[in-house]
Amino acid sequence: MSLLEIKNLHVRVDNHDILKGINLTVNPGEVHSIMGPNGSGKSTLAQVLARRENYEVTAGEVLYDGKDLLALKPEEAAAEGLFMAFQYPVEIPGITNVYFLRSALNAIRKYRGLEEMDAMDFLPMFREKLKLLEMDEKLMNRSVNEGFSGGEKKRNEILQMAVLEPKLAILDETDSGLDIDALKVVAKGVNALRSPERSMIVVTHYQRLLNYIVPDFVHVLVNGRIVRSGRPELALELEEKGYVDIERQALAV
Amino acid sequence: MSSNVNTIRDLAEREYKWGFITDIEEERIPKGLNEDIIRLISAKKNEPQFMLEWRLKAYRHWASLEKAQAEPKWANVKFPPINYQGITYYSAPKRKPTLKSLDELDPEILRTYEKLGIPLAEQQLLAGVAVDAVFDSVSVATTFKAKLAEAGVIFCSFSEAVQNHPELVQKYLGSVVPYTDNFFATLNAAVFSDGSFVYVPKGVRCPMELSTYFRINAAETGQFERTLIVADEGAYVSYLEGCTAPIRDENQLHAAVVELVALDNAQIKYSTVQNWYPGDKEGRGGIYNFVTKRGKCAGVNSKISWTQVETGSAITWKYPSCILQGDNSVGEFYSVALTNNYQQADTGTKMIHIGKNTRSTVVSKGISAGHGQNTYRGLVKIMKGSTGARNYTQCDSLLIGDKCGAHTFPYIEVRNSTARMEHEASTSKIGEDQLFYLRQRGLKAEDAVSMIVNGFCKRVFRELPMEFAVEAQKLLSVSLEGSVG
Repeated sequence: MSLLEIKNLHVRVDNHDILKGINLTVNPGEVHSIMGPNGSGKSTLAQVLARRENYEVTAGEVLYDGKDLLALKPEEAAAEGLFMAFQYPVEIPGITNVYFLRSALNAIRKYRGLEEMDAMDFLPMFREKLKLLEMDEKLMNRSVNEGFSGGEKKRNEILQMAVLEPKLAILDETDSGLDIDALKVVAKGVNALRSPERSMIVVTHYQRLLNYIVPDFVHVLVNGRIVRSGRPELALELEEKGYVDIERQALAV
Repeated sequence: MSSNVNTIRDLAEREYKWGFITDIEEERIPKGLNEDIIRLISAKKNEPQFMLEWRLKAYRHWASLEKAQAEPKWANVKFPPINYQGITYYSAPKRKPTLKSLDELDPEILRTYEKLGIPLAEQQLLAGVAVDAVFDSVSVATTFKAKLAEAGVIFCSFSEAVQNHPELVQKYLGSVVPYTDNFFATLNAAVFSDGSFVYVPKGVRCPMELSTYFRINAAETGQFERTLIVADEGAYVSYLEGCTAPIRDENQLHAAVVELVALDNAQIKYSTVQNWYPGDKEGRGGIYNFVTKRGKCAGVNSKISWTQVETGSAITWKYPSCILQGDNSVGEFYSVALTNNYQQADTGTKMIHIGKNTRSTVVSKGISAGHGQNTYRGLVKIMKGSTGARNYTQCDSLLIGDKCGAHTFPYIEVRNSTARMEHEASTSKIGEDQLFYLRQRGLKAEDAVSMIVNGFCKRVFRELPMEFAVEAQKLLSVSLEGSVG
């Protein structure tokens, strides 16, 4: 059974149609990349899947793990194993990373009917994840994202993903604002978390991220529609020809 | 529609949990205020002549103030005129307790405390906190007295202090907040019925945190308690007060006075968690919390530190202040004030630098939700002779929703050019971005809001004793009955 099935999804924001009939199927363990120019609707797609409000779904449906995803609140989707790495992670002054993540994990465990994890069990697990992502332990007791560099914020997103162990991770422009070294570090973390039980949707503007996180499938989103889908080579073609050509080709077919 | 908004609305509809009324017999005097009432209160309390005279002077001064303009009008709060003749100024549980142990306490009162989460018996055993419980106006139970007495610490009700230590009362009463200080302090001086008294002798570090819970129970009863804490040379004391009141439709007046005196090298830490009934969602009822709190660092190297978490009351009007008279003395003020629904708060501090090399720190965190109005009002004054004075002020406001308000009135008066002043201020809003981020990680909207608010207040919570910090956090999330438009 597929993990995610998007059927004919139409989404409107402030009376503008942004997504105009998206169809996409993601199976367990697959990594899909959604590429597209600015304003094509790729971030909207990510946000709708993560259940952000203020998006009006005018048609279509989304099945996630057999459930009607569009009927879930953001925290319910999260508890069902859907995670989004934010393009702009927010700062939460006064709340330490470790406290925040333990609260989040326990909220999810509670939803699933599991016992809450106490600090004694949580900390060793957390340290493991830090090690896996080659992150500094000092991050544990710093306030969430406060005073973090762009690269640290993105790595922190991946750390959260590692702790929450989602079934579906959506990476929303995780490469934006990163220099090449930071990008490599983040990609390494993401790759470490790839597994047959975990699907990913990697939303990006640039092909360069896909040199480091090699997807199984690439989809090109232009003007609210997926105009082409293919294997990773499609990303290279895109890099060469640009979105305009791809769109023209797609319309010509 | 956004379910963030809905969740916040649900929170807004949570009931005030402490709103039960205790049914016990009370002894009251007639409503209203005149010289006979003052004499009656003083007589009931069997007070010495100096107390009666002091009360009468205060009453006469108050009567003239009331004629002139009644309450001070400068605060950024609105309320209808108060009928001072409609208030009962003395109310006490009828079975005047002279208790050997808690077992003798009226079981109704004990149950009330248990609902409040202050199991006295348990505290006695476990927490090592001595509690002087003020039920309406008369102290009904004082614990740990023996242990404190061993250290030479006097911790008792104000009435007992008047009987047993009149010389200390006479020496320090009104020495920091004179009866002429302001309208409400003057009223308090005339009619105050009880309160707490602490004296820590020279060189003694008080062996435990001292704690008082106040509770307004009787309808239409103003509560006017008075607290006086004196730390003699080299002494240290940490004092905690927590407050709740039952739900009533009418407003109740609470005009308390707290005076602190720190002599040479002495230190007083005063923490408040205030959760008086805030009124209902429409702004009906609730406590008018008009309180005068002031500490005097009278001696060299002395230190007074105020920490307050103000989540209750329909109106809060209080400015815990420090007079830094002794050289090298230190004043601190850490405050969290939360206003929700139709609550109003005008609160802050005054740091008056008189001595040389005096230092003060002010950290104020105001949270406004619903239609709440939150005002920080502060004065930092460096007098001419105060060479080398320093002040650091940080004043942050957090807004939840778009119908509330945050206001800041910081006054700075510097009369000595060697002073160093720092002032930081910020205003922020809990945004949809922040909420969504936390919810995407699995937290419910209400938990997300309280996490953000608790993070915002962390700098202040850190100053609270451990068990109170936990309570304050819980209280904050319950009080965050934040309604957002």
